[in-house]
Amino acid sequence: MTLREMQAGQKARIEKVDASQPGVVRLMVLGLIEGAEVLFGNAAIGGDPLEVSVFGSAISIRKQQAGNFRVTPIDSND
Amino acid sequence: MTDHCAARVPVEKIKFRRRASATLAIIGNPNSGKSTLFNRLTGLRQTTGNYPGVTVEKHAGTVQLESTAIELVDLPGIYCLGGYSADERIAVDVILGRIADTPAPGGLLVVLDATHLYQGLYLLQQLMEMQVPMIVALTMTDVATANGIDISIDVLKKHLGGIPIFPVATTTGRGLDALKAALAGVVDSPPPQMPESWPELSQAADRLIEQMDTPVPRIDVIQALLHPDSVHLEILEQQLGKPRIAEARFTLFADEPPQAVEARRRYRWVRDVLGEALQQAPILERFEAKALRWLNLPWPATLLFFTVMALVFQAVFSWATPLMDGIDALAVGLSGWVSAHLPAGMVSSFITDGVIAGVGSVLVFLPQILILFLFIIILEDSGYLARAAFLMDRVMRSVGLSGQSVIPMLSSFACAVPAIMATRVISDRRARIATILAAPFMTCSARLPIYALLIAAFVPDESVGWMNLQGLVLLGLYMLGILGGLTTAWMLKRTALRGPKPDFALALPEFRWPNLQTVLIKLMDRIYIFLRRAGTVIFTVAIIVWALAFFPRASAIQTDMQTAIVQAESTLSGESLQQQIFQIENEAAAAQLSQSFLGRAGRFVEPVFSPLGWDWRVSAAVIAGFPARGVVVAVMGTIYAVGEKAEEASLVSKLRSATWPDGRLVFTLPMVLGLLLFYAWCLQCTATLAVIRRETNSWRWPIFAWTYMTVLGYTGALLIYQIGSRL
Ligand SMILES: Nc1nc2c(ncn2[C@@H]2O[C@H](COP(=O)(O)OP(=O)(O)O)[C@@H](O)[C@H]2O)c(=O)[nH]1
Repeated sequence: MTLREMQAGQKARIEKVDASQPGVVRLMVLGLIEGAEVLFGNAAIGGDPLEVSVFGSAISIRKQQAGNFRVTPIDSND
Repeated sequence: MTDHCAARVPVEKIKFRRRASATLAIIGNPNSGKSTLFNRLTGLRQTTGNYPGVTVEKHAGTVQLESTAIELVDLPGIYCLGGYSADERIAVDVILGRIADTPAPGGLLVVLDATHLYQGLYLLQQLMEMQVPMIVALTMTDVATANGIDISIDVLKKHLGGIPIFPVATTTGRGLDALKAALAGVVDSPPPQMPESWPELSQAADRLIEQMDTPVPRIDVIQALLHPDSVHLEILEQQLGKPRIAEARFTLFADEPPQAVEARRRYRWVRDVLGEALQQAPILERFEAKALRWLNLPWPATLLFFTVMALVFQAVFSWATPLMDGIDALAVGLSGWVSAHLPAGMVSSFITDGVIAGVGSVLVFLPQILILFLFIIILEDSGYLARAAFLMDRVMRSVGLSGQSVIPMLSSFACAVPAIMATRVISDRRARIATILAAPFMTCSARLPIYALLIAAFVPDESVGWMNLQGLVLLGLYMLGILGGLTTAWMLKRTALRGPKPDFALALPEFRWPNLQTVLIKLMDRIYIFLRRAGTVIFTVAIIVWALAFFPRASAIQTDMQTAIVQAESTLSGESLQQQIFQIENEAAAAQLSQSFLGRAGRFVEPVFSPLGWDWRVSAAVIAGFPARGVVVAVMGTIYAVGEKAEEASLVSKLRSATWPDGRLVFTLPMVLGLLLFYAWCLQCTATLAVIRRETNSWRWPIFAWTYMTVLGYTGALLIYQIGSRL
């Protein structure tokens, strides 16, 4: 599963980032790296771009780049 | 002006104004509270200046302390020392001392946002590697407490290599005194220890430095290793040879992009530190937060965006009108007073038509610009601008741009100059230039008087369905501008500015109530910059156009006018005499203009414009409009001998009856539509050209923009006239 497929309100941990894809490094500099726990927010109309927060900071990310972040969902009642 | 004010300050006060003994740069993430802190610490002792050869303005101010004074420099926010946008690169260049003739600051005042320590500590690690003295202001502690976040300063200190940390709540003033007192000692304190997160990086740098004949600072080597396009890489390769650098880089990064490796290393450390230093208490979600979450759902958010934009437009256009009318009336009144008190002639004309009209043409923009800036600053301060970019990203992507272009584009409906300056935040260089070239197409406020005149004169005041035809034509002109701008961006991104899709990695700040003081200070600052950038150009241009329309003077026309007036005085009296004299004077002014440089130029280029259906009068007015389109209506008033401040109705009737020498009407519908299109698409604004030149730092783009838009306007007008006249 990747960040692309997540639902609003869902939490997940990033497992693997494909840094070789264009635009991905910029997102890593903002803190989307392996091991980070992310909370999925709302997308814009049409489902793109997406909003993802990490440590309380929201980041806008395009669907195309979101596919390069492999994640495993975390139960929200953890 | 300044001298005058200074003279009034009591002498005792001047004695206590100390000169700054050291400079500290304020650096931190965007929205971390840098400007607010800067304003609080410096009060109104601020100046806006220039870095030599750099677009972004320099904001400096002094903090008066017990025994000394410190200069503070406010910088655009950054997330890393990489620096993508023009704004970010300046911030990095300033702190690294890469700007010519500007020494590196003596130390850093690092602003860490207590609610966004995650990204703040990332940047801080990079700053620690610079090995300069620094101090941390931990802002937004009030917000953190309200959100149930408890931060252990001691734990943070333990990991931050001895940097002093001062928790503050800038907006309430808590903690500021302690921070201020500590500022004086910063530059003489030792630099922090190197960050613990990635010792291999600094070790690799140190090994390289040992092998150099002329060692360079460690931060330069680190930058060169991390950024293959860095200026320092070349210097390093010259000294050490390419293989040694390549080897060092491979050991550190293997095949991964250096900044990806860097992000992994540094954020892992940040996570560990925060795990130790942060306690998040469970808190109930407040009503406010729930409402905001609802407003972030896709449809409500989009609806809100359009409502906010409609409100901004409404404010810019309707609130500004009375003020603009007031300024106009003031200029007219003042001119009238001057002409009544000075003998007619060059001096009087220079003062009224040159200076007063020139200052008026600058001031008349101010109400709209002021309201536009006010709204943009409020939106920026509350965190909404980033949200707007997020919502509109998809739409802008279809023409090859990103959401970051939305606000500059919208601003250009008031004026292209601030819009082009607002493109500095766009991180992709190509997308930025495409936005700069699209902005002048949008219908700015200087186009409206001409649109209004021509539409009132030649478009019937009829209703079409529930709309008014005149309104429809105006709407069509706005659409033409948008179409021209977006198509241009789209074409450029496909040809000259071809490249990968612009990245879009944007932090979305949460909503915050804007702070009045911050908003007002930012507003004054932007108005000042606008006046300096655009005002001076608009004024100069107004004087030049006045001279072209005034010189040379034909004395025969003046003597004829005198004779005619004397004659009128002998035959008429009272009201009809006044009217007759007014008429004679207007005709003399028209005759003078007709043989002035401007009139001659109009005749000279008439052959070029006659395929568009324009006679020499229209051509002269259009030429006068090239430096600044705002003067066109006044020039038309003079040319058609109704006086330049004529009632619109009398100018309209003159235009309607204007004919070619053979008796055909000049202003036919196809000609008028062509003329409107010409105004919609032409770049008739020297201030815009000057700002494009400045922001792109080359002559190529302003020359291209001018030529391209003129050709486009001309061709469009030609097609409409030629096809329209044959129907
Ligand atoms: N509650 C609170 N708000 C702050 C504090 N510092 C700044 N702000 C607000 O945060 C927003 C962003 O501040 P600003 O100084 O413009 O950030 P900059 O982008 O880093 O210059 C503004 O609305 C400020 O009023 C603080 O310590 N506490």
